[in-house]
Amino acid sequence: MADGSRPVEDLHLRNLSKKFGDVAAVDDLTLTIPAGSFFALLGASGCGKTTTLRMVAGLEDPTGGTISIGDKDITGLRAFERPVNTVFQSYALFPHLDIFENVAFGLRRRKVKDVSAQVEQMLALVELGPMARRKPAQLSGGQQQRVAVARALINRPDVLLLDEPLGALDLKLRRQMQIELKRIQVEVGTTFVHVTHDQEEAMTMADTVAVMNSGRIEQLGHPADIYELPRTVFVANFLGQSNLIQGAPAGHSGDDVLVSAFGETFAVPAARSFAVGTDVIVGVRPEKMTILDLVDEHRVPEAHNRVHGRVTDVSYTGVSTQYLVMTPWDQELIVFEQNVVVGDRCEVGDEVVVHWSTQHTFGLDGSAGTSVGVDPEVLALEAAAQALIADAPES
Amino acid sequence: MRWLRRNLIGIIAILVLVYLFIPIAVVIALSFNNPSGKFNTSWNEFSLDAWKNICGVPGVCSSFVTSIQIGLVSTLIATLLGSMIAFGLVRYRFRGRGTTNLLIFLPMATPEVVMGASLLALFLNLRFPLGMGTVMVAHIMFIISFVVVTVKARLQGMDPRLEEAARDLYASPRATFRYVTFPLVLPGIIGAALLGFSLSFDDFIISFFNAGTLVTFPIFIWGAAQRGIPVQVNALATLVFVVALLIVLGAQFVGNRRRKALEAPVPEPILVDRLSRS
Amino acid sequence: MVAVVPTSAAAQPASVMAQRRGRTGYLLLFPGMAWLAVFFAIPFVTLFLTSLQKPIPGKPGKYTSGLQFSNYADALVEYWPQFLRSFVYAGIATLLALVIAYPLAYFIAFRAGRWRGLMLVLVIAPSFASFLLRTYAWKTILADEGVITSTLNSLHLLPDGRILNTGIAVVAGLTYNFLPFMILPLYAALERVDPRLIEAAGDLYASPQTAFRKVTWPLSMPGVVAGTLLTFIPAAGDYINAELLGSTKDRMIGNVIQTNFIEFRDYPTASALSIVLMAAILVLVFTYIRRAGTEDLV
Repeated sequence: MADGSRPVEDLHLRNLSKKFGDVAAVDDLTLTIPAGSFFALLGASGCGKTTTLRMVAGLEDPTGGTISIGDKDITGLRAFERPVNTVFQSYALFPHLDIFENVAFGLRRRKVKDVSAQVEQMLALVELGPMARRKPAQLSGGQQQRVAVARALINRPDVLLLDEPLGALDLKLRRQMQIELKRIQVEVGTTFVHVTHDQEEAMTMADTVAVMNSGRIEQLGHPADIYELPRTVFVANFLGQSNLIQGAPAGHSGDDVLVSAFGETFAVPAARSFAVGTDVIVGVRPEKMTILDLVDEHRVPEAHNRVHGRVTDVSYTGVSTQYLVMTPWDQELIVFEQNVVVGDRCEVGDEVVVHWSTQHTFGLDGSAGTSVGVDPEVLALEAAAQALIADAPES
Repeated sequence: MRWLRRNLIGIIAILVLVYLFIPIAVVIALSFNNPSGKFNTSWNEFSLDAWKNICGVPGVCSSFVTSIQIGLVSTLIATLLGSMIAFGLVRYRFRGRGTTNLLIFLPMATPEVVMGASLLALFLNLRFPLGMGTVMVAHIMFIISFVVVTVKARLQGMDPRLEEAARDLYASPRATFRYVTFPLVLPGIIGAALLGFSLSFDDFIISFFNAGTLVTFPIFIWGAAQRGIPVQVNALATLVFVVALLIVLGAQFVGNRRRKALEAPVPEPILVDRLSRS
Repeated sequence: MVAVVPTSAAAQPASVMAQRRGRTGYLLLFPGMAWLAVFFAIPFVTLFLTSLQKPIPGKPGKYTSGLQFSNYADALVEYWPQFLRSFVYAGIATLLALVIAYPLAYFIAFRAGRWRGLMLVLVIAPSFASFLLRTYAWKTILADEGVITSTLNSLHLLPDGRILNTGIAVVAGLTYNFLPFMILPLYAALERVDPRLIEAAGDLYASPQTAFRKVTWPLSMPGVVAGTLLTFIPAAGDYINAELLGSTKDRMIGNVIQTNFIEFRDYPTASALSIVLMAAILVLVFTYIRRAGTEDLV
């Protein structure tokens, strides 16, 4: 256990794989999670993130590879022999035991003396002291969540695993618990490995985010770095939203790579371009773009990339306004505009020019198309909407 | 008219419940009867004689005790064997799952008369002496299936994460079973045992085939029906009915109180300031 | 492009309890399954062998092993009316039980609110009083001079002028005795039906009757199948109701098996009849389950 005498150590996964039949849930994963960090594994359901977590917990046997904490290989240890604890999805609190006994469970199994002082201290930490003698079913979702955290943390594990810990809470409580979990982590200094499908949750809480897809890690880094500079189409679409334009390489200009698409030429800084082949995708985040009425086109700075189009939808969301702009090649771009100026907004039907700095542009390998990582349900919805529009009777 | 249409189904439901209790009312009422002739089938006059002297007729109480003995022993053994099967079925892989399931399902789909006859055929062929032993053997046999089904449902309904959580919290497989799995399955096992006891206690057909000269409470009633059932039988049956009803209603009451406690939510304290203070 | 809709349902991990291999499983199963094999499966073999035995001449009640398949033909020729009657009585009783049980099960599942638990207790409570005594009580209720019989008689509804000692009394007894076996599975199935589905049907222009026919009834089908089987099987094999409430003209196959086995000691005939009854019921159960499309009864 990570008590004062022993420093917290890094968690290493080396060539970790897990196959269910022929399906590789986790595929040759190598990863070091630094001691004391708040690490998020982010991905859609079925990407292998939960399987990875369960292998670290010892609840699933890897098909290959090793797991170690510091120099100690724990791959062969069974779940109850590992210095790792889990906050389960939907908490898995023991319904027949009261809160006190739930929290004391791990200590009692390890025959620790003086359980009650530790449990009371832990319950005080999560502000549940008065609830000690209640059964889990008598607690609200947020309280149950804190019991689950207390029950795991009281064992002072080397690594705390959190499996979608906030998934069962409503939005408001989720935001509150994000802050609280982060504070607890800072306070106890334990390595937290947090599995989630909620990108906002991952970005808010973690100092390192790993985006997982099909059993592999697509990109790993600080949340802001990943967001500002996605390296694959999957990350660009899965983490936040992106406008992606399919094109082809068209030479160089200074430090910029040029890409031509649908008759336009876009400049991408060479350091921000990850394309290798003949298919290149030019990408930009919606909030980096500025929208101007066509008559004001002379105000677009020289060094900016630009696209002409027609406004097809305007949604006012308070903080910002979201525009949909149809390009001449029938692609809808999404643009977020901060509502700093009152009035003077574009309207549906306006001919506009959309522009953005080359410094905000990124280049991606485009061999797999622009929709990798988009929620398939969203794609289906878009297709259905197109069909509805096409079928609508002329009026 | 509108009121009637809205509440029609409720009225029918209550009528059906009343219908279910008509014979019970008759049984209870006749326990306070002083029958005019041998047969206690029609009301004559009020009397507490049977209640005051509940064992007054030879054989009534001894058959009653016999049935309780058979019920207790059969239930104990069948609950143990059936629970073991349920655990094996849910938690282990083995060959012959189809045959196993069939062998558990069939006793519940077999008419009692066929089960009674086939067991008797076995005992006769083996020249096995009929008596309390054979009746217990038969009862254990038909209770096992009900126990398996009940306990299996409970096990399957259990969140597998609870056992994972126990393992994660340093519980060895043995400790996981002792502190998590068993306590959670226990209500199912108790329920199965209560059901098993009531099936055994009330069984007539299978017992009758395999009892030889042994007289259980239902066999006593059957025999007495020809020459008139003594009022004491009604008194004892009323007693059993009331005790069983009280047990079940008690369990219901406890369950309700627990649910009430859940309905009173506890205020959500703010964790953040406490954390910053500690 | 990605919509910023928060996904509400969290991803469900594949954490169904893994089944272990090894000897422990067999050890857990062995004692109980051995009990069932020895005292349920093997008796069927002996029952079958007994059904083929032939009498020892000059020794009534004694039989020797043989392959007397004619026992079956003889038994069926002699007792086919009782067989037929058993299935007809059990069938009518099952239908009546379904009609009586459905409104109650429906009410408990959808309308009972906080009375639900109590009503369920009331449904099983009658089983706490002796089966035989409850059946016997119908003798009092349906007695010739009783309220029910005289009322129906004054309306000239009874062909024989009485209920007791007729088939009507036997069917009434069967219906009553196995009613809880119908109510409970129906309730279990209805309880799983989301009441919002019925509201949705109403929202989509279904009248209450249509909503019932197209939504509630099909969804309660597993309960209907389980309930009818749990009522029909014991009713078809029962002989207590026929014995206590009927006359010798209303005897069912159970009565025949019982008297042949225990009183006449005609073991081959009784065994042959038992085998036929069991076979008939199994054929019925499996075709019924297949046609109704529910196979998870166990």
